[in-house]
Amino acid sequence: MSEQSDPTREQQLRAQLDDAPTIPVSEFRRRSRRSFLTGAAGLGVAYLGWNWLQDQPNVGGIPRPLRETLEFNETVWSNVSQARSAPEHPVSKATPIQVNGRIGIRNEIDLAAWTVRVEGPDGELLDELDLSTFEALPQRDMIIEHKCIEGWSSIVHWGGARFSDFHARYADRVGDVPYVGFETPDGLYYVGWDMPSAMHPQTMLALRQGTEPLDLDHGAPLRLATPNKYGIKCLKRIGVIRYARERPADYWAERSYDWYAGL
Amino acid sequence: MSIDTTTDDAGTNGASAEAVVTDERPPSEPVARLVHPRAIRWLHWINFPLLIIMIWSGLRIYWAEDVYALGIGSWQWFAFFPDAVYETFGLDRRLARGMAFHFAFGWLFVINGAIYAAYLLATKEWRHILPDRHAAREAKDVVLHDLHLKKELPPQGKYNAAQRISYTAVLVMAVIIVVSGFAIYKPTQLYPLPLLFGGYQGARLVHFWMTIGLGLFFVIHVLQVIRSGWGNFRSMVTGYVIERRTPATDQPESEGTAS
Repeated sequence: MSEQSDPTREQQLRAQLDDAPTIPVSEFRRRSRRSFLTGAAGLGVAYLGWNWLQDQPNVGGIPRPLRETLEFNETVWSNVSQARSAPEHPVSKATPIQVNGRIGIRNEIDLAAWTVRVEGPDGELLDELDLSTFEALPQRDMIIEHKCIEGWSSIVHWGGARFSDFHARYADRVGDVPYVGFETPDGLYYVGWDMPSAMHPQTMLALRQGTEPLDLDHGAPLRLATPNKYGIKCLKRIGVIRYARERPADYWAERSYDWYAGL
Repeated sequence: MSIDTTTDDAGTNGASAEAVVTDERPPSEPVARLVHPRAIRWLHWINFPLLIIMIWSGLRIYWAEDVYALGIGSWQWFAFFPDAVYETFGLDRRLARGMAFHFAFGWLFVINGAIYAAYLLATKEWRHILPDRHAAREAKDVVLHDLHLKKELPPQGKYNAAQRISYTAVLVMAVIIVVSGFAIYKPTQLYPLPLLFGGYQGARLVHFWMTIGLGLFFVIHVLQVIRSGWGNFRSMVTGYVIERRTPATDQPESEGTAS
């Protein structure tokens, strides 16, 4: 206990406090009252503000100020660093991905008869394609961490074509459209993408998981894959690709989630 | 409330008593000494609801993939969290709303914290918080004292050694929780930030444990505030503690010092 009675140390510590200003108790009482009134007002403002927020009209299932903040966030991040890429991994790290969502792929499908409709921004049919078109595009492999919005992630080996290579077929005809939407053949699941994200080199129209063609649960015969948005944007069993001037409908954005869901 | 608001005759005459009074009074007369500057008080109380909202919305997000547990190997002693916890606090099946609140209020939490950090640095207030070389031994004595196993407290400045260590730990955890949070939020755009935590899932794990750490601090903090009493709580609202100098020793005795 020798250090406890060290007078210099005690003096030093005390000096830290004694530097602080003092006021008479009468003045303290006056300021106390003001501080507590300020505190009470602050509590009131916080309570009213919280209720105000909850009472705002919903946009896509969440109060408008929250939706606007999600949009603001996207503006921030798209200006900070839009074109960055996620790391890619060696094949040895790849694992089979779990089956999570089955919305839009529950119907029977005849893979041999499957085609995808490509539509322009005015609803005009640009093409009706079978799988051979996608197989004829430059093929690449992408071993990336697929991230589910629920919180799990896994490193997946996707094979297929870049969306940007696909888009080159239509670039002249559709011009500078800002959006593209995707739908399952039954129309039950649909996602919207902004064009810059779709044109990212890691946005893939995937035909294979590993070296095998996609199985039905993972979106055969053609699905979206990217490490740069949550899995909710990676629509399985593409039936329609539709260029759009307005932001396309998005299944999960209508259900309280962020429209961009960007990573 | 025990503050006396009836004896304010001096101030009612329109006479502004804002002038700083120097400490030239007889030593036996109590004075009020500033312990928490106004900025600290505001930042502290603004942080409180923000932290609650962040933990609440964060747990709504965690619910969707609630994989963490205490245990060894496949044996789980405690899984975070039992269903009753989710149901009691309305945390289940609200992932999307959790994310919306988390990514909106997160900015306010970060901004408030950044102002606080800047204030600590600019005013050198951090010197009251950072542990010194005596801290470990003294903190042990403080804990023993608080557990009624030891009578005397070690000497202290504004905060005792246990407080310094806990407050510093909280600041460190706050920095880690923000950095790991950004690593989860934008793992591509902020790459290679997730690598600091061993990757995306590592960042998620760290973020979770920092939340538990801050939650534990919060519980202990509130218990200590209650234990310290009204004068200490009041000082975080008003800024001041009442000090009575006893003429014999000139030792100030504050009404509550800890938490």
